[in-house]
Amino acid sequence: MELLYGHPKSLKPVLTKYCPGCGHGVIHRLICELIDEMGLQGRSIITNPVGCSIWADLYFDFDSVQPAHGRTPAAATGVKRVLPDHLVLCYQGDGDLAAIGTAEIIHAANRGEKFTTIFVNNAIYGMTGGQMAPTTLIGQKATTAPYGRDPGAPGMGYPIQVCELLATLGGTKYLARGAVNNAANIRKTKQYMRKAFEAQMRGEGFTLVEILSACPTNWGLQPGPAEEWLETNMIPFYKLGEIKNTLEPVAAEGGKK
Amino acid sequence: MAEDRRLMKGNEAIGEAAIRAGCTAYFGYPITPQNELTAYMAKGLLDRNRTFIQAESEVAAINMVYGAASAGARSMTSSSSPGISLKQEGISYACGADISCVVVNVARSGPGLGGISPSQGDYFQATRGGGHGDYYHVVLAPKSVQEAADLTYEAFDLADEWRMPAMVLADGLIGQMMEAVTLPPDRDLATLPPKPWAVGYQEKTGRPFNHISSLNLMPAELEKQNIERFKRYDVMKKKLQRHEELNVDKAELVLVAYGTASRVALGAIQMAAELGIELGLYRPISLWPFPEKRLSELAAKGKRFLVVEMSMGQMIEDVKLAVNGRSEVLFYGRCGGMVPTEEEVLAEIRRILKK
Repeated sequence: MELLYGHPKSLKPVLTKYCPGCGHGVIHRLICELIDEMGLQGRSIITNPVGCSIWADLYFDFDSVQPAHGRTPAAATGVKRVLPDHLVLCYQGDGDLAAIGTAEIIHAANRGEKFTTIFVNNAIYGMTGGQMAPTTLIGQKATTAPYGRDPGAPGMGYPIQVCELLATLGGTKYLARGAVNNAANIRKTKQYMRKAFEAQMRGEGFTLVEILSACPTNWGLQPGPAEEWLETNMIPFYKLGEIKNTLEPVAAEGGKK
Repeated sequence: MAEDRRLMKGNEAIGEAAIRAGCTAYFGYPITPQNELTAYMAKGLLDRNRTFIQAESEVAAINMVYGAASAGARSMTSSSSPGISLKQEGISYACGADISCVVVNVARSGPGLGGISPSQGDYFQATRGGGHGDYYHVVLAPKSVQEAADLTYEAFDLADEWRMPAMVLADGLIGQMMEAVTLPPDRDLATLPPKPWAVGYQEKTGRPFNHISSLNLMPAELEKQNIERFKRYDVMKKKLQRHEELNVDKAELVLVAYGTASRVALGAIQMAAELGIELGLYRPISLWPFPEKRLSELAAKGKRFLVVEMSMGQMIEDVKLAVNGRSEVLFYGRCGGMVPTEEEVLAEIRRILKK
């Protein structure tokens, strides 16, 4: 009998520490499904961020490197330059990528480093307990924005649209934004990730997939309403789709599946 | 094969030695007085199809090293004092994750932005685990261009052997001056020691996954890891203490100095000899582990020590720990980029000895 759907080989059969409704588990699964489908389990390396997904190495059944907070793109640069025929993934949250690690992501992208960044945007700091992130929406409450993010007098700045910011850089080849709030968006996100992974293995240049993901615990919502909140608040500001695609024609057609 | 002898700047000799030692990935950021080294690595590595990146910051550079070293490459970064401060986060992570790499500090004066002249004010930072947490790593201090090349070459082997960063602590004078240097042979990359702990090539070996990480949220486990690491440090302290000594048996007063300061001390000792004053020289080459064993023996024999440093007095603390109150430890230092003259040191010696 043919197995049509099962637990990905690259994902260890263990329970995660993630909260109910958290998007990390789905995103981990998408990564592993693609690695299995591409036959790359023995040739994949993930650089884990600091944040909730700091434990990624408990879940992925392939090599990993754990650098300092925000330095993941620099470390992934080192790994990929030494092992250019490996699939190197740089997994980052919004605090890691768009606050403390802003310099590292911009310059890795600008150099056209040939790894893929999976950027999980849940508009909040998860592990440290709900502080304001660079991607926190205007008016969204956080422990460090108790009255909501206010770019006015309190000077809390504006949410950063990372894909749009990176799109101006010459080294970026593929920047897409997906979401994991419903089945349709999960499927589309996987397509974006496949394009990015395949482009990386062809050695095309910097690829990044931003993924809007719920953080019910720190949003103060039940998992169901959190997915609705993502739909009605995040997606209107963080537009889904391919923000930049300058891949060679073979990739632009979307590969096999 | 004929000896490969050249006239080189210290910074360039360090670069050439690193390339010959099998450094395949270098990451740097401009800072004076080590810029020739980064430029040398750019040409040397790009010409050999190895990895060179001018990073966006020292912080990025050390983390690129972290990644490349995790993937098993002989990897190096270099900088000068303020830049080395920025790298300390990454050095702490590399020590916590037990990965091998080489860090060169062509030190300048501080604190803060300080100046660009040579200084030994980074001794504490280098030898005390300059970042957060409980750790040490190898620190080697060259006194000449020749030794800068030799110790850089050896640093790669020590880093691999002991699975930790190895630091070469030079200063702006060693980096900038030109001397004749006999270069070490080119290492065949295929003969470098294997690193079964590194990431990559999992499918070729069929081994289980490797995780390079300094994270451990279980206090009991983390304590155990740290204790294991300190057992390794104890072995290193037995095996790696290195120094050079001159006339320490005959002399009653022994000058203790490393790197550039040891050259000045030697000059003062030679001037003193002409006046009939007999002195010894004790020059630590490994700053960590500090060569305390022999120093302790000399203290037991009642020798007095004059520590000469280009700082307000940092290595003197290690000398005092080794001497442990058994004899007198005196100090003469200049700082802020001032290099003491032989005459100044001689004057201090004559004042101490009342001769």
